[in-house]
Amino acid sequence: MSNVIVVLFGNNGWDRSAEGAAGTGQRLAQSTGGNLNVVFLGDASKEARDGAAACAASVVVVNQPELAEYQPEAALEAAQKACAEISDTSVVLFGNDTYSQELVPRLAHRLGGCSLADVQGVTADGGQVLATRSAYGGKAMSTYSMKKTPVVLWVRARAMDPATPGAGGSLEEKAYELATPRLTITSRDVLESEGPSLEDASIIVSGGRGLGGPEAFENELKGLATAMHAVQGASRAACDAGWVPPNWQVGQTGKKVAPELYLAIAISGASQHLLGMGDSKMIAAINTDPDAPIFKHCSFGIVEDYKNVVAPLTEKLNSMG
Amino acid sequence: MKILVCIKQILDPDMPARDFKVNAETKEAERGGANLVTNIFCENALETALQIKEKTSGKVTALSYGTDDTEDSLRKALAMTVDEAALILREGDSNPDAEAVAKVLAAAITKLGEFDLILMGRESGDWGVGQTGGLLAEELGLPSLAFVDSIEANDGTLTMRRQTDSGTETATVTGPALALITNNEFNVPRIPKTRDVMMSYRKPLEKFSLADIGLSAEDVSGSSFYEVTDLSIPTKDVQCEFVEGDSIDEKIGVLASKIQPVVAANS
Ligand SMILES: Cc1cc2nc3c(=O)[nH]c(=O)nc-3n(C[C@H](O)[C@H](O)[C@H](O)COP(=O)(O)OP(=O)(O)OC[C@H]3O[C@@H](n4cnc5c(N)ncnc54)[C@H](O)[C@@H]3O)c2cc1C
Ligand SMILES: Nc1ncnc2c1ncn2[C@@H]1O[C@H](COP(=O)(O)O)[C@@H](O)[C@H]1O
Repeated sequence: MSNVIVVLFGNNGWDRSAEGAAGTGQRLAQSTGGNLNVVFLGDASKEARDGAAACAASVVVVNQPELAEYQPEAALEAAQKACAEISDTSVVLFGNDTYSQELVPRLAHRLGGCSLADVQGVTADGGQVLATRSAYGGKAMSTYSMKKTPVVLWVRARAMDPATPGAGGSLEEKAYELATPRLTITSRDVLESEGPSLEDASIIVSGGRGLGGPEAFENELKGLATAMHAVQGASRAACDAGWVPPNWQVGQTGKKVAPELYLAIAISGASQHLLGMGDSKMIAAINTDPDAPIFKHCSFGIVEDYKNVVAPLTEKLNSMG
Repeated sequence: MKILVCIKQILDPDMPARDFKVNAETKEAERGGANLVTNIFCENALETALQIKEKTSGKVTALSYGTDDTEDSLRKALAMTVDEAALILREGDSNPDAEAVAKVLAAAITKLGEFDLILMGRESGDWGVGQTGGLLAEELGLPSLAFVDSIEANDGTLTMRRQTDSGTETATVTGPALALITNNEFNVPRIPKTRDVMMSYRKPLEKFSLADIGLSAEDVSGSSFYEVTDLSIPTKDVQCEFVEGDSIDEKIGVLASKIQPVVAANS
């Protein structure tokens, strides 16, 4: 028997990422013959507690003031202590967010295990944990055989199937003695955004360097996104140029998305961009260059200047209701 | 301030996908005609370090674990006006796991002296495992912050701004710390001036073996963290349907008719 732990942030509630991580954790636990355990760092809502208890054998809510808002050292130490109390752990899973990405290698080191990032698939057959992920900026896929226990991973949880409800598990609140932190997050600046986040969007309208400046994002693309009930995204080139905020970036070092429809406008389709959106159900593109790599990944596309397409397309969609 | 920046040399990530080939035997990319370059986030880290030095005085050291080829990356760092460079020559595995690299870097740092700030890239553009920074922080027992895009140093206190999923955060730390750097518009790496390129050859670039930093090849080989068991290029069979029509209006009509059902189903 060997157990699986899913570590979540109480503040995030029972979101799609929590569901996917728990689902993957449950399937891993089944194949290793162990139990699924969920650890919440910070107080969790009733919905989150219920969601976890429905699929996990044990739920631990580490509920203390130091964890009310994320602080790296407090979260790390609490995660370490909570994980150490669960015996015989083979895998510790995190979702795909800033804080999880930051904690994974440090927690692995503290638990004497090994770690990996941006895992798209994970199996545990005969005790051997295998993780698959992109490499070389999306140009290749790679499989890693993990060598130490526990294996601590952050996974593309939103793209993973949720858990099936099982027998309800135990729920316990805990608090630990934590060391005085040396590093403190003193302020948080949340960029306003309307509607769902990029990762949770069903439709995304993304723009790239070919738009030539921020104006097209603010005018034409915003209008089209509204008509399509879409969230706006961007390539790294557009973010680097300062045309749109960094958290609009999709790709290797940006958001990993898999919407029903991803419309790429004036984006060439570099492998690093595809790494973040290649799993979209349907990809479409508007690009002046018929040889742009993005078209090799599209269901449909149009070879045209965006200036001639976006405004009339918006009008057309609005008139179709 | 004494700042150390860990830099990694990688296969040019901008090489076109059509030229990219892998060796199924060694499970590594074939270099082919591609260049070796410094990982971009490491260059962002160098730029960040140099800007702090220029505001507060001090010294910047660049450190890499690599091969003789890696000298080029360190030489470029010196030309960017880094003060000194150290190269630990790799032994054994050509794709050492993140724990092995962190162990080597930690031993090298201990050998090189004390630093107020250690900067790393958020991840490397080849394998992109993004684990080395966090592991090194643990090896050295330092507080760390990831996705940092700017740092201010003031009387021994560091103020770091970092990017998050939803915006930015500011953190302060007193005493030595480690930061994993991501790019922003203020840390675009500088292009070395011709004079500084010439000067770089007069600056110290020391090479060390593993034995020099107190490690043996066995200490860092044998893939004790993870091992790559497969590397392959995925094949995609998507046939793009290019929207056709006699006029642009007609084409846009076709495009709209393809998009509209998806919109209707998702709103
Ligand atoms: C380590 C690393 C990580 C990276 N991470 C990411 C990442 O997370 N996300 C990301 O996006 N990139 C990432 N990149 C960068 C990536 O390699 C590309 O440089 C980037 O995606 C290019 O952005 P782009 O497609 O907007 O620009 P370009 O490649 O310049 O493409 C612009 C496109 O616009 C088209 N165009 C021009 N004018 C018009 C017009 N009027 N109408 C229609 N089309 C037009 C052109 O034909 C071209 O195809 C990363 C790179 C590295 C090395
Ligand atoms: N061989 C190396 N030599 C020096 N620094 C490295 C090396 N490998 C990784 N790093 C550092 O660790 C960061 C993250 O790399 P990785 O964990 O491989 O994605 C890089 O941006 C470098 O700062």
